[in-house]
Amino acid sequence: MDVPYTVQPRPDTGVYNAKVGMWLFLASEAMLFGGLFSSYILLRVAAGPENWPQGWLSVPLGTINTILLALSAITVVLAWAACKARMFERYKLYQGITILLAIVFLGIKGYEYSTKFTHYQAVMKDGRIADGHLVRRSADAVVLRGEFVKDRKSLLRPRAQATHEEIVLPAADVVSLRSYGPAMNTFLAVYFTLTGLHGLHVLGGVVVFAYLWGPGSRLWKTDPDRFTNRVEVAGLFWHFVDLVWIFLFPALYLT
Amino acid sequence: MSDLSLQEYNRFSRKCALVFAAAVCGTLIMVGASYAPLPQRSYNIAIILAGACVNAALVAGHLMHLLSERKTIYALVAFTTLFFAALVGLTIWSWYQVPGYGTY
Repeated sequence: MDVPYTVQPRPDTGVYNAKVGMWLFLASEAMLFGGLFSSYILLRVAAGPENWPQGWLSVPLGTINTILLALSAITVVLAWAACKARMFERYKLYQGITILLAIVFLGIKGYEYSTKFTHYQAVMKDGRIADGHLVRRSADAVVLRGEFVKDRKSLLRPRAQATHEEIVLPAADVVSLRSYGPAMNTFLAVYFTLTGLHGLHVLGGVVVFAYLWGPGSRLWKTDPDRFTNRVEVAGLFWHFVDLVWIFLFPALYLT
Repeated sequence: MSDLSLQEYNRFSRKCALVFAAAVCGTLIMVGASYAPLPQRSYNIAIILAGACVNAALVAGHLMHLLSERKTIYALVAFTTLFFAALVGLTIWSWYQVPGYGTY
């Protein structure tokens, strides 16, 4: 039995079924991210500007990732247009570029995550706070490349004169040692939740595109119109992922 | 039979290049606005969010083809927008019901 309206538009809706299905899925996704964005707004407003960290994320890396996703949104729509123009090799080229751009995006995000997970804050017995990246850790000492600060509040704003020298902290004097992971504070919890969920969507997109680029492209030989529609709905999902990032980037990195 | 001629494909490619250029400009304006010394931080945030909205409109309008879609899709998008606005609006409104924070 053939699945109806995979190519031809359904008379009552005017579009093929997969497209309606994708838009319905995107509606549910909008509500998912909407809930998280609402929580972000609520938490941020409740914290007040003096308690909300600024300058903790790399704006250049965020900007590069924004441009990479924007470029991938273009290549994915060009891949679809190539299918429409019956240029299969051009489709393969643009879809391949899209996959590469998405992988680079995830690589940069992974690097950003790793810099957070290797960044530590150590509270000493005398009340001082050491802040920096972990160089090594043993039973006797913790070595950070960073600086001593007088209190946590001074870490909330970017510091122009931040020094980065190796400081050796005797393990016996360290009261607590915490990385800049999701458990550090509300900002990082929100950051990892939102970007982590977005990253999973990027990964999902890569898997779908890789399928359509590789084994799934066999459909082109038997039913090119249906294949073109598959590329289109996968592209719609990708544009949604780009849309989410368009708001995530300023919300987390710039404001 | 192809749906797009080579000329139409090339024209579409040029349009996409323009959309990309506009998106990059929008992004750079947002980044620039985040560093701009304005009288209040809220001005910076307003410019940044306006830039994000323009970029989002470019993606939704041109790349998701919302400028030339069917009524069914418009209806779906309209309902989604309505529920999204209600979700965000209700959450923000609820903040004003918290003793000590809002006008409660």
